[in-house]
Amino acid sequence: MADDSAHLSAVVAACLHCGQAVAGDRARPAFCCPGCASAHELIRGLGLDRYYRQRQFAAAIRAPRPDQDAVPADVDAFAHVDSSGTASLDLLVDGLHCAACVWLIESALAKQPGVTWARLSMTTHRLALRWRANEATAAQLVGIIAALGYRVVPYDPRAASDDDERRNKALLRAMAVAGFATGNIMLLSVSVWAGHAQDMSPATRDFLHWLSALIALPAIAYAGRPFFASALGALRARRTNMDVPISLALVLAPGLSLIETIKSAPHAYFDSAVTLVFFLLIGRYLDARARGRARSSAMELLALAGTAVTVIDDAGRQRILPPAKVRPGMTAFVPAGGRIAVDGRIIDGRSDVDPSLISGESLPVAIGPGDRVFAGTLNMTAPLRLAVTAIGEGTLLAEIARLTEAAEQGRGRFVLLADRVARLYSPVVHSMALLTFAGWIVLAGAPWQASLLNAIAVLIITCPCALALAVPVVQVVASTRLMRRGILLKSATALERLNAIDTVVFDKTGTLTLGRPQLLGTIDPQMLRAASGMAAASSHPLARALHSAAPDVALAADVVERPGAGLSHATPAGEIRLGSASWCGAPPAPSADGPELWYAVPGRAPVRFSFGDRLREDAAAVIDVLHRHGLQVELLSGDRAEVVGGIATAAGIADWRAGQTPPDKTARLAALAAAGRHVLMVGDGLNDAPALAAAFASMSPTTAAEISQTAADVVFQGDRLAPVLETLAVARWTARLIRQNLAIALAYNLLAVPLAVFGYVTPLVAAIAMSSSSIVVILNALRLNRVRIA
Amino acid sequence: MTILLMLIPIALGLGLVGLGAFLWALKSGQFDDLDGAANRILFDDD
Repeated sequence: MADDSAHLSAVVAACLHCGQAVAGDRARPAFCCPGCASAHELIRGLGLDRYYRQRQFAAAIRAPRPDQDAVPADVDAFAHVDSSGTASLDLLVDGLHCAACVWLIESALAKQPGVTWARLSMTTHRLALRWRANEATAAQLVGIIAALGYRVVPYDPRAASDDDERRNKALLRAMAVAGFATGNIMLLSVSVWAGHAQDMSPATRDFLHWLSALIALPAIAYAGRPFFASALGALRARRTNMDVPISLALVLAPGLSLIETIKSAPHAYFDSAVTLVFFLLIGRYLDARARGRARSSAMELLALAGTAVTVIDDAGRQRILPPAKVRPGMTAFVPAGGRIAVDGRIIDGRSDVDPSLISGESLPVAIGPGDRVFAGTLNMTAPLRLAVTAIGEGTLLAEIARLTEAAEQGRGRFVLLADRVARLYSPVVHSMALLTFAGWIVLAGAPWQASLLNAIAVLIITCPCALALAVPVVQVVASTRLMRRGILLKSATALERLNAIDTVVFDKTGTLTLGRPQLLGTIDPQMLRAASGMAAASSHPLARALHSAAPDVALAADVVERPGAGLSHATPAGEIRLGSASWCGAPPAPSADGPELWYAVPGRAPVRFSFGDRLREDAAAVIDVLHRHGLQVELLSGDRAEVVGGIATAAGIADWRAGQTPPDKTARLAALAAAGRHVLMVGDGLNDAPALAAAFASMSPTTAAEISQTAADVVFQGDRLAPVLETLAVARWTARLIRQNLAIALAYNLLAVPLAVFGYVTPLVAAIAMSSSSIVVILNALRLNRVRIA
Repeated sequence: MTILLMLIPIALGLGLVGLGAFLWALKSGQFDDLDGAANRILFDDD
């Protein structure tokens, strides 16, 4: 590779903290950046070195790189102190990969003075923290986590997302009760069935039936509530859904069985009814879990906008205000390294801003008085004073969030195959049960109780045990399989939508490419080392890229940074400069060459360092495979045409568009959708969020802006694009298995319904049929774990 | 068969104890983080 020559003099090693390849020598530990070095020092200082060994349990996991620019939110305001002096704080932790991360964060916090409780949930990424308020501040504790490389966002535990959790818990409780009832009633039923074959006395049989009734009636009343509620809701809206026949069966079967028991009849259907609830609840619970993983986007957005704003009042004093209290026309102050929280026009100051959150492009833009800046961008090099033009709802950030929300609502109309089947199925079940009842009375002249019993048998036997399990089981198996590969499925309908994809649209920066500039070309090693020493002083991405090409060089002394221009270093022989072409007195270069830095030593011609954003390693290969599968691939980028064209050629994409704003991208996706195409959008920047939400299905790398991850259906880890292929392949298999499972469930019904209609279904037959069909469906779903995907 | 009058209540009672234990565990948050709990055992604390 072109830039490997930069490492000529050094051995390639892995960063001791994050594992990224860096140049270093064997004698000294190597780090890719100062952030990793300080994280490593912190971990060693706390005596937690075991972390590096323990994370090997999860292969291919890297420690997150600390973001030196990240500005911690004002967490002190979120901490709650109770009367006994104990402070508590709830945080969402971003960047968790494995259990070692959980262990590291918990242990590091537990070693801080005053901390009494630190518990991090790996499932929900929530950290509950309690400490004695007089011994530590929230900011200190959060600082520890940030220094380890994880991002934290305070959240309100009473927020709406807990609704899901409560519902899941209620389902689990109902499932436990149903399971208890099923087990015990089955025990009694088996005795009754055995008694039919031998000679159980009617008194004993009645006793066992009464016991079954005692267990079944309360259990069904409790565990059946999710179905009753849903059925009532549907009936009130003058519709019918799958829960209506289920509820009918759940009311009629135990009711009639009770009458039979009173009459001391030989058969009772208590066991069928509770088994039915139990199996259905398993399916319902799996389904709820598959759906419940997504976090609410509103919460994340709030976190982004939640930074406090420093305002300068008329008397020239600085005051810190929450964003809600800032008014347009005020003067805001943004320190170097601060996240800009409002839209505004610069009054005073010259700096570079990192627009990556808004535009997705990773290179800073030089700005000066009169320029506009947007909320969500990062002020990098020098303090700024802004005239506020818009806040909160009025900012570009909020505008993008609104676009995203609108697009997401549009997609919410997608109806799952299982629901479509259910919609057709339930009227059929109703009419069949009704016909059976009428048929027995009219044609066979049977008494109404016997006719009703047969109608109930039809309801029970057609009740979609296998049907209710068919889809959720496959989805849970599929999402577990993907999760083991570092692919997180966020939407329950995603797999089914992914199966229909015929067009894939990529964003450029951070998606096709890694989103980090890297030094290109061959550079004289000595020159590189000298420049690297200066570059170490700056947090500008290009300077950092330059420094990471020769990271073992010590920081040069007395380096001064001139915002928007570059660095200078005074020596007796004159001033050495590193920065833009004009700053170094170099001739203006053709713009098509991408980002560059110049290095000027007095008395010599300036030297040029050029940088490029490298393609993900397997990008071209992945796109080739997509082409071979007959998918159309397209590239949409906000970047300039020259850069986008170059990347498109390298990746093998013929169809590309440059200079696309967020509305442009959304419009392009709408045009594709109007042409009947099902588009998978893969993107990462905040500017992609509306497009991600507007696409038929969407994926986002974990390096993406939070809101993009929120808008995406699927989030994947790692530096490779291969997860896109894996996800599409698993989606195809999932669709195939779901169809097979539905076919199995329907075939079973076709066999069993005639038996029920003609009155041959005894409780024993119902139990066997129901259990065996459910087990077949589950086993078929588990095949997905064994499928090899090339 | 009178032995059933004793055995069945005992069996049901034991089953109810198990059910109660599960509901208690659920309520006290032991099922909140199944992924974390599965791994936590691998890390011994001081």
